[in-house]
Amino acid sequence: MKKAYITVDGIHVPIEGEKNLLEVIRKANIELPTFCYHSEISVYGACRMCMVDIEGRGLQPSCSTSAADGMVVKTNTKEIRNLRKMIVELMLAHHDQNCTTCPKSGECRLQEIAQQLGVSKVRFKQIHDFAPLDDSSDAIVRDPSKCVLCGDCVRVCNEIQSVGVLDFAQRGFSSTVVASFDKPFGTVECVNCGQCIKVCPVGALSPKSQIDGVWEAIHDPKKKVVVQIAPAVRVSLGEYFGYKPGAATSGQIITALRMLGFDQIYDTAFAADLTVLQEGDEFLERYLKGQNLPQFTSCCPAWVKFAEQYYPDMLPNLSTCKSPQQMFGSLCKDQLTKILDIEREDLVVVSIMPCTAKKYEAKRPEFFEGDNPDVDFVLTTKELSLMIKEQGIEFEKLEPGSYDMPFGFKTGAGVIFGNSGGVSEAVLRYAAAKLNHGKMLDVRELRGPESTRVAEISIGDVSLRLGIVSGLANARRLIDKVRSGEENFDLIEVMACCGGCINGGGQPTSSDQEHLSKRAKGLQDQDKMLQFHSSQENPYLQELMREDLTEEKAHELLHTFYQNRKRITLDDIMIRRPEQEAELSIKICLGTSCFLRGAQTLYSQLTDYITQNGLDEVTEISASFCNELCQKGPVVTINGKILEHCTFERAVQELKKVKSFAH
Amino acid sequence: MEGNPHSVLEGMIIAGKAVGASVGYIYVRTEYPLAVSNLKLAVKAAEEAGFLGKKIFGSDFDFEMRIMEGAGAFVCGEETALMASIEGKRGMPMPKPPFPAERGLFGKPTVINNVETFATVPVAMLMGVDVYAAKGTEKSSGTKTFALTGHVAHTGLIEVPFSTTLREIIVDIGGGVIDDDGVNRGADFKAVQIGGPSGGCLTQEHLDMSLDYDNLLKVGAMIGSGGLVVMNQQTCMIKIARFFMQFTQNESCGKCVVCREGTRQMLELLDDIIEGRATAETIELLEELAHVVKIGSLCGLGKTAPNPVLSTLKYFREEYDAHVFDKTCPTGQCEALSRYVIVPELCKSCSLCARACPVDAISGSKGVPYVIDQEICIRCGVCMDTCKFNAIVK
Ligand SMILES: Cc1cc2nc3c(=O)[nH]c(=O)nc-3n(C[C@H](O)[C@H](O)[C@H](O)COP(=O)(O)O)c2cc1C
Ligand code: SF4
Ligand code: SF4
Ligand code: SF4
Repeated sequence: MKKAYITVDGIHVPIEGEKNLLEVIRKANIELPTFCYHSEISVYGACRMCMVDIEGRGLQPSCSTSAADGMVVKTNTKEIRNLRKMIVELMLAHHDQNCTTCPKSGECRLQEIAQQLGVSKVRFKQIHDFAPLDDSSDAIVRDPSKCVLCGDCVRVCNEIQSVGVLDFAQRGFSSTVVASFDKPFGTVECVNCGQCIKVCPVGALSPKSQIDGVWEAIHDPKKKVVVQIAPAVRVSLGEYFGYKPGAATSGQIITALRMLGFDQIYDTAFAADLTVLQEGDEFLERYLKGQNLPQFTSCCPAWVKFAEQYYPDMLPNLSTCKSPQQMFGSLCKDQLTKILDIEREDLVVVSIMPCTAKKYEAKRPEFFEGDNPDVDFVLTTKELSLMIKEQGIEFEKLEPGSYDMPFGFKTGAGVIFGNSGGVSEAVLRYAAAKLNHGKMLDVRELRGPESTRVAEISIGDVSLRLGIVSGLANARRLIDKVRSGEENFDLIEVMACCGGCINGGGQPTSSDQEHLSKRAKGLQDQDKMLQFHSSQENPYLQELMREDLTEEKAHELLHTFYQNRKRITLDDIMIRRPEQEAELSIKICLGTSCFLRGAQTLYSQLTDYITQNGLDEVTEISASFCNELCQKGPVVTINGKILEHCTFERAVQELKKVKSFAH
Repeated sequence: MEGNPHSVLEGMIIAGKAVGASVGYIYVRTEYPLAVSNLKLAVKAAEEAGFLGKKIFGSDFDFEMRIMEGAGAFVCGEETALMASIEGKRGMPMPKPPFPAERGLFGKPTVINNVETFATVPVAMLMGVDVYAAKGTEKSSGTKTFALTGHVAHTGLIEVPFSTTLREIIVDIGGGVIDDDGVNRGADFKAVQIGGPSGGCLTQEHLDMSLDYDNLLKVGAMIGSGGLVVMNQQTCMIKIARFFMQFTQNESCGKCVVCREGTRQMLELLDDIIEGRATAETIELLEELAHVVKIGSLCGLGKTAPNPVLSTLKYFREEYDAHVFDKTCPTGQCEALSRYVIVPELCKSCSLCARACPVDAISGSKGVPYVIDQEICIRCGVCMDTCKFNAIVK
């Protein structure tokens, strides 16, 4: 068949199955400006920046137009240039333009495009009527005064993560993006994965900075500040200093951390090795007993919260292992306090993570002893880069340093934790050796760029079926298949971010496949260069296990528990409250299950009944929401008494019991 | 929908049969309870009579009718937003293609039409298509319903062949143009806003033009919703443009930048003009912005929202200029630009006005005519109402 071509500004470009005109135009080496186009989420067509002139059809958005053979496209007419400039002017007029203090400054697409298009003046009236900044979440700060309403966060959270806590509210000029029910961000179902931060073109979503707290600790002479660096950080931090993605800069990072004033520099990969041993043993035990399979990994805190919210029935299948970050934290607070002979309060553990969910994880109450957390501060890759810049350190010129021992020693297995498939590969290296009398196994087939991968591995006469999935919507699809019995696995590795931690919410924003592959390769190269490749070979770990970690102690320090978070912990929604104190209180669940069983009708019947009987002045009516699908609905609570499968007659009977009134 | 819902149902059933659809939806605003209840009655009656449901008239054609009540957003009249709303999503338009006929409601091919279109189908079939098509003009055949309102003696819904001229509608059907107080003194016609809030305006020069699609397109207007708002000479066209802009900016769904931000900024610019803050740049910027919103918006709402501005700019440019450069409103409608002045010859120095003025802008003394300090005056007009000798003019 003859190849199809389009002409872009006079250049012939073939159409090769691209999903839209925009992608074809890219092949002419023209990057059209956009705010709302991301190849991995659905086309939205709202920013209108990518409009092009198609002969015979006039101006059309290239993101939502398909390329057709013979199309003649112009991307640079006077009309288009005016349009783009004016769009940016319109955005800027409704935007807090204090760029210098914005967390996104320097990486902001609005800033970049405004400069690129030469927008030197905003001719429109500045209208600033923004909702206040929301910093109620432990991981993410939302600043509506920066939002350009591109909807990228809404679609990522919904389509890629299937969490869907963000959406638009209001309309027209008052449109805003809000978290569910316009509740504070910290109280909703957000799993803190930070993928919304990664797509936000401006500073409306950003990781919650803990830089100040870390400086404070460093400057406090009483405190010993130790730091752990997660695997994925070492192949991406360099991007902030002009290195290519995947370039390993561990040596410089270590030197920089010392210059910043950290007392000990350790590697999270050491704790990852420990995780491998714990999780591997746990898996082998379950496998041999045939219990709680498939086993799910538990090192991704966003996935853990996701499971707690949406798959509470699967919680027994989660590995009870803490994540490497938390293993490291509890190990430090237990061991280092002894080695360094200091109080727990004076040992400050900082982690450098590619991830925003780790900020949330460190604040989970089960990871505290009294008021003192196992991990005191969590910095993202970006935050570390800012500290290095603040100090004026010329990163590129630094001589490489080396980790402190014992917690700075790791095997290649601990390092590959940073990319999707790495945990499984590391656990398998260990389990295979155990099952196979010490013989190692090459399990490279677990690697790959696909977000959902299935692998069957034979070790001796054992054959294992593994699922490796990243991106929570992908995880949901896979788990639903497991639930329905359509699929069966022994081990499932889940990472909330597509591609694994190398694409975490705390990483540099670029997330195209090419960047990710380079970061993954960076980790795999490190694995190759290290002396050992299986966690059980880590000599320091062997010593630790021998000397200090009894089975009981290991259980106390390294394992955790989960909680069912299916019920939405929202305040009830007060529908009507009388001025004086209410004598009657009616609460109706309007969650999906109750709704489908007629809760809405029951609600109207009851409110009518209250009014008809002159009880408005003494009755309080509220609604609650839940998504438990308890099958007991409609559930109505009258003065504290819970009525399941409630009918109108049953409710009235109860109301009459509580209060005698006419009729 | 209120008066003869059966005709709409019949049209939809015929359409369903024609394209092989099995379900029809009527999307109607909850705020029109009479339409909702009459439609429901009609559906029930049709089901009982066997016009709707399984095996209609013993054929193997099944057709079910569902009524969806919308929560009152103008933009939900836009096809893709309407379907999103029925699907339970936020009423926000989606880029086309895909068109509804390819991928519409719940991803299925969908025919979506106006109620009037459907109601016309049975009539046209009954009359015979040729007889129906003989009405109107060659390219715009048949009849059209208009909602005639504004400064005319008789307002209401009218149905006329497409070949009818504006003059026939205003004079013969509407009973002529009336003054602000409702009396027909043979007042002069100024303009008519056609096609709803985002239509354009027609002026004296279009009085003898027939209102068909092609003619309207030529002069930058459209039939749109079929609204016809007649305006007399006392109407300020800038205020009219502002009125419609206020409506569209409120009703923008907020999805695309140019419509969401652009309609609001156009409103701000119109306010500047009406309130005397405008300069030559204001008009230039308004014109440029109107063009950008028109070409850049995603859906019909945004694409047509600038029409009132563009068409008043086209036909009443001198009125804009008067506001901007002379700081006067030729019709005296714009309060901020009006001046209350005491005519010295008529003033009897009674001081009534000075006492009524809430900001003490009027001074004078016995035997000398009173004067209004224009710097202090807030143009509330109280003085004019209090003067017993009609000595104060605007
Ligand atoms: C903002 C907007 C609002 C609309 N509102 C309505 C409406 O209220 N009723 C209606 O029938 N069509 C409305 N339309 C037009 C419809 O989307 C659709 O094009 C029309 O009903 C198609 O039917 P027709 O071809 O029979 O006219 C609206 C369009 C836009 C862009
Ligand atoms: S952090 Fe993740 S879950 Fe939370 S809003 Fe962003 S994308 Fe959704
Ligand atoms: S928060 Fe960011 S990603 Fe979300 S709509 Fe606003 S600008 Fe877009
Ligand atoms: S043009 Fe206006 S109403 Fe239409 S999609 Fe854009 S913002 Fe929404």
